[in-house]
Amino acid sequence: MSSTVPSTARRPRRARGRIGGHGWVAPVLLILPTVIVIGVFVYGLIGSNIHTSLQDRHNIGPSQGFAGLENYRDLFTDDDFIYSLRNLLLYTATFLVGTLCLGFLWAWLLERKARGESLFRAIYLFPMAVSFVASGVVWRWLLNNAEGDRASGLNRLFGTLHLDFLQNPWWTNERWGILAIAVPAIWQLSGYVMALFLAGFRGIPEELREAARMDGASEWQLYRHVLFPQLSPVALSAIIIIGHMSLKVFDLIMAIAGQTNYTTQVPATQMWIEFTRGDYAKSAAIGTILLVIVAILIVPYLVSTYRQERRR
Amino acid sequence: MNATRKALAAGLAALSLLAVSACGGESESGSTDEVEVFTWWAEGSEKAGLDALVKVFDEQNPDLKFVNGAVAGGAGSDAKNVLQSRLQNGEPPATFQAHAGAELTDYINAGQIEDLTDLYEEKGWNERFPEGLLERLKQDGGIYSVPSNIHRANVMWANPAVLKKAGIEANKTYDSLDAWIADLKAIKAKGIIPLSIATDWTQVHLLETVLLADLGAEAYNGLWDGTTDWGGSEVKAALEDYSTLLSLTNTDRQGLDWPDATQLVIDGQAAYNVMGDWAEAAFQEQKKKLNTDYTAVPVPGTEGVFDFLADSFTMPVDGPNAAGTEAWLETIASDEGQVAFNKAKGSIPASTTADTADFGEYQQTAIKSWSEDEIVSSLAHGAATSVNWLTDITAAVAKFGSNNDVAELQEGLVEAAEDNKPE
Repeated sequence: MSSTVPSTARRPRRARGRIGGHGWVAPVLLILPTVIVIGVFVYGLIGSNIHTSLQDRHNIGPSQGFAGLENYRDLFTDDDFIYSLRNLLLYTATFLVGTLCLGFLWAWLLERKARGESLFRAIYLFPMAVSFVASGVVWRWLLNNAEGDRASGLNRLFGTLHLDFLQNPWWTNERWGILAIAVPAIWQLSGYVMALFLAGFRGIPEELREAARMDGASEWQLYRHVLFPQLSPVALSAIIIIGHMSLKVFDLIMAIAGQTNYTTQVPATQMWIEFTRGDYAKSAAIGTILLVIVAILIVPYLVSTYRQERRR
Repeated sequence: MNATRKALAAGLAALSLLAVSACGGESESGSTDEVEVFTWWAEGSEKAGLDALVKVFDEQNPDLKFVNGAVAGGAGSDAKNVLQSRLQNGEPPATFQAHAGAELTDYINAGQIEDLTDLYEEKGWNERFPEGLLERLKQDGGIYSVPSNIHRANVMWANPAVLKKAGIEANKTYDSLDAWIADLKAIKAKGIIPLSIATDWTQVHLLETVLLADLGAEAYNGLWDGTTDWGGSEVKAALEDYSTLLSLTNTDRQGLDWPDATQLVIDGQAAYNVMGDWAEAAFQEQKKKLNTDYTAVPVPGTEGVFDFLADSFTMPVDGPNAAGTEAWLETIASDEGQVAFNKAKGSIPASTTADTADFGEYQQTAIKSWSEDEIVSSLAHGAATSVNWLTDITAAVAKFGSNNDVAELQEGLVEAAEDNKPE
């Protein structure tokens, strides 16, 4: 694409540096507040967090000295932390697959010029406007694990429809409980993924489809060889956005299950528990691990985006 | 370029605003007639209690000004986080609320609160509070807080109508958990929830009363000072009982909090509920009458033992207004303060000299027990252990709630004791 817009390079340059005579002074002054604020409140605090995580500081008193990587070693030998990492992995996988499939399906349906498109678009997108805490309160009731006579929410619905075999303990199941938390998350974010895909579909010029049809491509071939390749950057963005949201999951769990509930433990809730009890070193270590996990997902994406922009 | 300059100006203005507001924050704590009282009593009967207390304080100290530092939310955990950051930044309030007893350990170890032993001597408070309580409050030989109210944790609430339906006498008393469990099973056979329970901390609450019932007061106290073995067979037997009791509760416990569980008894859907005596307020609000609509007796096997928890107030080190703090503590310890606060909150006075003639019917029974019974410290409410220990126990109990593995629960409790036992 870059070859089609050579004109930008030839645009006559403005005279340099009206303010202060030097070309770099004004821009540097402009970004300086942001650099300072981000430097202190983001990178400074990340550094401070890592520093805390290396201390022997397990109560509200001051640090008892340098502990090296011991806090991390303790965490990775703690069954409960491994369990919460496993929960996080299960949750993220379910959340990603769920939102991508549903989001793509809806976008595909709407893209085919279904009737009432704008209405459906609004309906699907709407849950995103609700905060996780607010929807969590509602889903807490919907996902109530009482069965039989005392059932409420979805279990009650299943009971009324004589689908009693579908009644289940939802998020209180030790092995799969965390997947129940993914249900409201999928409900909430699928519409957003749909909007991303829809924008992707709309961004593909009609000429490409026409050209493919002229060449005798079947509908499947059209999707497989023309549309999907064009959508892959959108899918990547969706994975990154949903993935990093998923890794940070906290509010939804706090609203549905509360912080001490065992079956829905994830690193973020454990971090909160450790912080509240005054075990700052352990809490900071969990925070650092979360940061690293999110960075593994995001940094390659940022690097590739940066490279693409450089190429333009 | 004009736009750039405007943007610059706007940016500078925003920055300077920040700076101004930062300065504003500092100049607040200057005057010395202000007494900032930090609590998590922000609503309901707790707020009413605090208001009543402030009225007494204003009468006793017309020249001091009460400043409400209440932080709402999270049953106190939000307030504790805010408080901790203030203490660490050297900006303590004049006084703050904390559960009396071992929950203060961390503050003491961090050197954040003052020893009040001399103040107790000087003001004669040692004679006002029962000896058993003072004994429970002592840490490393010192007393670090002044209790404002007492709650009892080992109370069993029952609905007589439901019991009748299940063919059980309404006022039947049990001298052990085993006898009670046999009846609970009979109730379950009738398709009624025998025992209602809610989320994790209420399960810890139930566990503590089971430990107390099976081990007896002395061995129960030994759990906290290391003389009772957490890994022993007595504790194992108690945990088996706890496991049995948990199997006789409502299955949707994780989704409920204590008012929901108590409501099950009020509504006649469950026969029994074990909860602290703050549940009394729930029965009163719904105009239920003691001994006709509901009964409240000690948990089977804990007769003659008062499993106490208390809120209390402290004196932070390097507080902004030491005289003001002392005045507040004096109001807390005074009979007027104790009566006004506890009547509004629904608890009972910690001091035995307070005039309690016009307290409610349930409170009267609690007041009587308070002066006669053996006093032990509640686990679930911060009197028996440090915050760290309780957090570990809660985690073990929460895990047990999902996997029902008694051996693993005991292992978790042993580990928690090893990590947190006072030396």
